[in-house]
Amino acid sequence: MVESSARSGETLWFRCSRCGEIIYRKTLESNFYICNRCGYHFRITPEDYIRIILDDGTWEEIDADILALDPLKFPKYQEKLKEARAKTGHADAFAYGRGRTGGVPVVFGVMDFNFIGGSMGPVVGEKVARSVRLARNERRPLIIVATSGGARMQEGILSLMQMAKTSAELALLRRDGVPFISVPVDPCTAGVMASFASLGDVIISEPGALLGFAGQRVIEDTIGQKLPEGFQRAEFMLKHGLIDIVTPRRRLKETIVNILSVLWHGERL
Amino acid sequence: MPGVSPGWLDFEQPLAELFERLEEVNALGVTTEIKKLQQQIEELKIKLYANLTPWQRVQLARHPRRPYTLDYIERMVTNFVELHGDRAFADDPAIVAGLGKIDEIPFAIIGHQKGKDTKEKLTRNFGMPHPEGYRKALRIMELAARNNVPILCLIDTPGAYPGIGAEERGQAEAIARNLREMALLTVPVIAVVTGEGGSGGALAIAVGDRVLMQENAVYSVISPEGCAAILWRDGSRAEEAAKVLKLTAPDLLNLGVIDEIVPEPLGGAHHDWDEAARLLKKAVMANYHVLNTLPGEELVSRRIEKFSAIGVFQQGEEK
Ligand SMILES: [Zn+2]
Repeated sequence: MVESSARSGETLWFRCSRCGEIIYRKTLESNFYICNRCGYHFRITPEDYIRIILDDGTWEEIDADILALDPLKFPKYQEKLKEARAKTGHADAFAYGRGRTGGVPVVFGVMDFNFIGGSMGPVVGEKVARSVRLARNERRPLIIVATSGGARMQEGILSLMQMAKTSAELALLRRDGVPFISVPVDPCTAGVMASFASLGDVIISEPGALLGFAGQRVIEDTIGQKLPEGFQRAEFMLKHGLIDIVTPRRRLKETIVNILSVLWHGERL
Repeated sequence: MPGVSPGWLDFEQPLAELFERLEEVNALGVTTEIKKLQQQIEELKIKLYANLTPWQRVQLARHPRRPYTLDYIERMVTNFVELHGDRAFADDPAIVAGLGKIDEIPFAIIGHQKGKDTKEKLTRNFGMPHPEGYRKALRIMELAARNNVPILCLIDTPGAYPGIGAEERGQAEAIARNLREMALLTVPVIAVVTGEGGSGGALAIAVGDRVLMQENAVYSVISPEGCAAILWRDGSRAEEAAKVLKLTAPDLLNLGVIDEIVPEPLGGAHHDWDEAARLLKKAVMANYHVLNTLPGEELVSRRIEKFSAIGVFQQGEEK
């Protein structure tokens, strides 16, 4: 049985983790990995987001060959990295490059939750920072799809500092007037949500996505009570004024293209 | 087994006992005994504190007798005026912010504030800020920058508060915004970790041109307890976790994350608040005088470069 991961080899049938509906793979694929019964948005891979948001054939990845070291000699980190690389086929939890959406040249970045929980260590931090610099240097709008459990514990304080690094680079992008559209998706919390993912000029998420600072168990342990239904979900964030839009995945690209058509009308390269 | 003296750590118990005996002897006024005990205390201090383990540093950083931001302000700052509120929702007592002078030089001072007794601990929320605390801090930092006033940040928090209200009012956004806006401050920013540097809740006021740590402070992406719970599903193995996290001041200096270690009185800041404040002030002012020669835009670009350079990785052959 596969719950929230829509990609596991040759599985033909998927079970919706919210309503239990059994869905045929092809049906799910043609429906943006959204449950046709309850609207649950399955978690999807970076490749899926590239296909959904960018124009066909425009994606050119940059710096795919940056690899993590193990500066703290942290227990089992080397094995964890090896496993994650084998499982995802990616070097680390973030990919970025040039592409177009609706014909507009952009810098696009996307995280991989399957790579050690999408955690941000020095590799993710460096690549996010480079994507911001590229957007600034080439004056292309920046779009980042973020999904992460936070800073990568195994690289300790160096991971924490990536929050400051990515945010500082975004300060310059913002000063130069190049738009940044942040797309935090399920789940996006802690160090990533408390840095670049919260700094979009426009923040767009998907229905039901878990977004926030602290983990739900940590909050429950701290306050000694159960959290209400819907707490920290995208709709909750929208209601509290913390994000701009919750849009079904099938309208994600259209929404981004509409926003850029207004914010970036004078600067098509 | 004697009971644990209040306010002393387990490994400090022998010292606590000597201090108790000294008090008794002091009352009796036996000079030779007093001298002998004082010497024993100094010798024991050297022995106890010479080779602290990372976990002992964690305990010292959290020491209930350790001086907090307002204790340092009292000793280092004149003409201090505390300012309150984020102009939107509330004033957060877990962060103190205000204006004052250090050695006659105007400063804005921002710091986490823990409580001493139970009542104050609750008021100060154990030094764990809500979003309002970070927004107040940013408001005062931007005020300082507009008026060409340098900024001193003192960091001592277990972390940003994980609660319902904090999430509703955008804890993540408040921290992220501080990280972005602190990068652009056109005045010198000196950040000193004086106790616990608890993850994002600490970093949110620690984007400095110079980042210092007191000798027994710790600074970490996650608490040793939290790390142990994840690594071994056993929060009680925090002592081992403290070792693997590399969270002491010498560790962070080695990793290139901090610029300087501020010495503390022998045995830790809690043994002599005045001396701890004197040493802290000396380090802050030395750094201020170096930074003060740089124009605002130069500070900004150097600060951003400094943080952008943190982290190690390897890149395969160019494509
Ligand atoms: Zn369903």
